[in-house]
Amino acid sequence: MTNAYLKAFGMHVPERVVTNQEIGELAHCDPAWIEGVSGIRERRWADPESSVADLAVEAAKDCLDRASLSAASLGMLIVASGSGASGFPGPAAAVAAALGLETTPALDVPMASAGSLFGLALASKLVEFHGDVLVIGAEKMSAVIQASSLDPNTAILFGDGAGAALVSSRPAGWKIVDAVLHTDGQFRDVLTFDWKSGLRMDGKSVILQATRKLPSVIHELLERQSLTPAEIRAFLLHQANQNLSLRVAKALNVPEEKVYSNVARYGNTSSASMLIAAAEWSQTHPAPGPIVFSAFGAGFHWGALLARPA
Amino acid sequence: MPDANRHERLLGVLKKVTTQPLPSDSEESLFESGLLDSFALPDLVSALEQEFSIKVPDRDLNPRKFDSIARIEAYLDQHAG
Repeated sequence: MTNAYLKAFGMHVPERVVTNQEIGELAHCDPAWIEGVSGIRERRWADPESSVADLAVEAAKDCLDRASLSAASLGMLIVASGSGASGFPGPAAAVAAALGLETTPALDVPMASAGSLFGLALASKLVEFHGDVLVIGAEKMSAVIQASSLDPNTAILFGDGAGAALVSSRPAGWKIVDAVLHTDGQFRDVLTFDWKSGLRMDGKSVILQATRKLPSVIHELLERQSLTPAEIRAFLLHQANQNLSLRVAKALNVPEEKVYSNVARYGNTSSASMLIAAAEWSQTHPAPGPIVFSAFGAGFHWGALLARPA
Repeated sequence: MPDANRHERLLGVLKKVTTQPLPSDSEESLFESGLLDSFALPDLVSALEQEFSIKVPDRDLNPRKFDSIARIEAYLDQHAG
């Protein structure tokens, strides 16, 4: 592993809160059922005029502020999103332009939920060559769920937001120690989205695979580093569903509190969620210790990344 | 020829992962009848692995394979010793 450090995190969520009552009326389902099946109580929706890039820029600015860096110091941008408005260019170019960057390379990772994890792992390999890499996960899932008629099984889950992480080659924060990434394309039709057909998800397949693959890849990563789940300070997961997070905690045999959760407040923000969780956790849980990031999403793509205090 | 003992063991597994009465029709969908939901399904697969000493590989983690008692028995016929 190269010398790569997580210097700071940042986040942005829109102001508008959409409660289970509101989405329940729109999708014709019971608010109590929504919370029971997902643990979600509310989510944020951006205004119709806001773009994925707009959300990403706000998270980028928050992360750069926390890192006490200017955008001009960045060597590279990586923007993960599955909800960009156009085929190409993806939102990375617009984010770079909004940050005043005219020549800095900006890479799109159009992977949905596992995108920011893959972005972090990629950044850890690129940082020594390019300099500081800002990894952003940004999603406007309110547009995704409204691209076709609202399906109560999916519309209740998703929210808008953006998270960011500054990966540096200079010691700071947490050192990225190792990462394990996997893809299994035989299930690529289980969770899909395009603007013409809308969002399609076989929730049973997704949950069945995720409940096994997330603990499995975390064990794979930790065994490689001769660590046990009990030695990990916090698990910062893609925030898909509270019931899934609880099952991961159970499978790892760690207290539920170790698996950070904010899905009740923001819902599933796809690629943004893991970095939003990191941004919140890093401000509220300052005690040192190794941390594990992990995500699973459409593709299927999944993986885990280990970082230790620098 | 149906394995009566295996059938009874399967019903026992299903009773562990659901509180609802089991369907009399072995072809009836366990999902559509409300017997299984998204989070009971992983429990069912784990319980099957334990009870029948099998490992369900990730490629077989397809809900349709476990959608009815008949389909589960067909899977066990192929994979359980």
